[in-house]
Amino acid sequence: MENSAITSVSGHAIVLRGNDIDTDRIIPARFLKTVTFDGLDANVFFDDRAAMRRDGGVHPFDAPASIGATMLIVNKNFGCGSSREHAPQALYRRGFRAVVGESFADIFFSNSLMIGLACVSLGADDIESLMKIVEGNPALVVAVNLESGVATAGGKSWPIQLPPHARHALISGQWDGAGLLLQNYADVEAVDAKLPYSF
Amino acid sequence: MAQTLFEKVWNQHAVRQLPTGQTQLYIGLHLIHEVTSPQAFDMLRARGWTVRAPHRTFATVDHIVPTASVARPFQDAMAEQMTAALEKSCLEHKIPLFDLSSGRQGIVHVIGPELGLTQPGMTIACGDSHTSTHGAFGALAFGIGTSQVRDVLASQCLAMTPLKVRRISVSGNLAAGVYAKDIILTIIQRLGVEGGVGFAYEYAGDTIERLTMDERMTICNMSIEGGARIGYVNPDETTADYLAGRLFAPIGANFVAAKKRWAALASDPGARYDDEVSFRAEEIAPTVTWGTNPGQSIGVGDRLPAGADPDSLAFMGFRAGQPIAGTKVDVAFIGSCTNGRLSDLREAARVIAGRKVAPNVRAMVVPGSQAVRKAAEKEGLHEIFQAAGFDWRGAGCSMCLAMNPDRLNGSEVCASSSNRNFKGRQGSPTGRTLLMSPAMVAAAAIEGAVVDVRKILTLEGR
Ligand code: SF4
Repeated sequence: MENSAITSVSGHAIVLRGNDIDTDRIIPARFLKTVTFDGLDANVFFDDRAAMRRDGGVHPFDAPASIGATMLIVNKNFGCGSSREHAPQALYRRGFRAVVGESFADIFFSNSLMIGLACVSLGADDIESLMKIVEGNPALVVAVNLESGVATAGGKSWPIQLPPHARHALISGQWDGAGLLLQNYADVEAVDAKLPYSF
Repeated sequence: MAQTLFEKVWNQHAVRQLPTGQTQLYIGLHLIHEVTSPQAFDMLRARGWTVRAPHRTFATVDHIVPTASVARPFQDAMAEQMTAALEKSCLEHKIPLFDLSSGRQGIVHVIGPELGLTQPGMTIACGDSHTSTHGAFGALAFGIGTSQVRDVLASQCLAMTPLKVRRISVSGNLAAGVYAKDIILTIIQRLGVEGGVGFAYEYAGDTIERLTMDERMTICNMSIEGGARIGYVNPDETTADYLAGRLFAPIGANFVAAKKRWAALASDPGARYDDEVSFRAEEIAPTVTWGTNPGQSIGVGDRLPAGADPDSLAFMGFRAGQPIAGTKVDVAFIGSCTNGRLSDLREAARVIAGRKVAPNVRAMVVPGSQAVRKAAEKEGLHEIFQAAGFDWRGAGCSMCLAMNPDRLNGSEVCASSSNRNFKGRQGSPTGRTLLMSPAMVAAAAIEGAVVDVRKILTLEGR
């Protein structure tokens, strides 16, 4: 299957502060009771949002400015915990096309990449400036250029970090690599044949 | 050149370098379960692909299955639908399924080793982050997402980036009442929940070498809670002894040959590591989490740190500086892929024997597999638990993630032998989880509060 090349992503953003936001929070386990990924977007951060409402606050995902947001700005170790792909799927289906953060958990990062959700990193200070700028003006367009490796917003710009394989996969449109793995399958069979174990 | 186990196993399974720069890695064993596979089978069907190596694929049901009545159809229509979907896919693709009637069903990370499917030197993948458990055998075992489950089904391969290796050595003698769970909680506390991102953790040192396979599994299991996608222990005699005679393990001359091969997989002396850290076993105490991630833990005799994260404190209803001992608990849960094996139940039963669960505490034991349950019953452990007031359940994930009816209510506090204390993890958005060893959970159940297990029972040192 051919995927489209993703060279840049832009749009307005949601700022979600906090380190170690785990995938149980992004999509609580009871919403995994489904055989499809459809409709997950409605329940993204369900419990966090309910808790905020109960305390009289407004979760960033419920703020009026969140409607139509395509960029999510986070802190450290975003997506840690459970390997559930439901987490990036829920974010993607909610309209996000990039997550900009200080760092990401390994499995969340690879799950996101497989569905074309770009996760790019900025230094801690840069994330803080970006968060402040967006919080000051939620309508601002945040742009991430994967080719030039730069994030921009409100006339400022910051260098992004993206592992070379992820950059290559996104800008060449090979982010869903299943097709690649099936090419020249004789090579795979050769590895299999040499394995010392079987069942 | 001297190599780590990681390098040896990786190289043996590397097919080629992909245009993205990643490695196409062959997967020797693929384990699947009902929650993260239905969408993967749908993607496969949508593309007209088939399962490439059904003989390297094994399935079970664990996450959503009820642990009380398992009569079909399940009361929960969604649990029924997800289980039926897996049954249909397994039938269609000729994948062996260890279902509830098999006598071999259980948490995927408990039954893999138990059946002898998990062996040293393999690459293993499963749509579950705690796949790191299987590393206890000297395998490279990766937790993956659903699109990657599809990739493995279709191609028996994954696109992966090699990991750095951090050698974590633990040496010295564990004090009485201190367990593998305390070792890994201490490691995560020190290195951080993000400290292992990009790393494989190699656990070594004389303390680790003396651990049983069950204990090594507890440690490797929680590698992911430290951010490391995989963790492993070099295979040795203990590993081979565990596998001898297991259903899918090699037998006779094949076993002898395999044993030799397994021993050679261990990291060579002089192998280069990207990082090395060490721990002293004597310094590890029975450990309890106080916060909302597994790195937020202290010794049971300690007070919450002065600089404790305010958000975690608020959620847990704790104050910085307060002791963790004495915290009232409402629920006690013994089970999960971290601590739901026979030895875990034995240790908990030793604490409970002849005692009673405190009034107002709801206590349950959920064996990690049907085989664990059966073996425990053969030893009479279920009677000890039941006499104390524990609920004795069927096998599954149960209250580790609460996708079945076992869950916390409101802001109940749960002493839990599982692996995650995330907000909402045990089924109630405001429920609170304190992670600890099974013996400590047993002690908390009796006391009705967090207590040092060593006060309940004088155990022998090791
Ligand atoms: S017991 Fe818990 S952590 Fe282990 S596989 Fe089941 S849900 Fe995941």
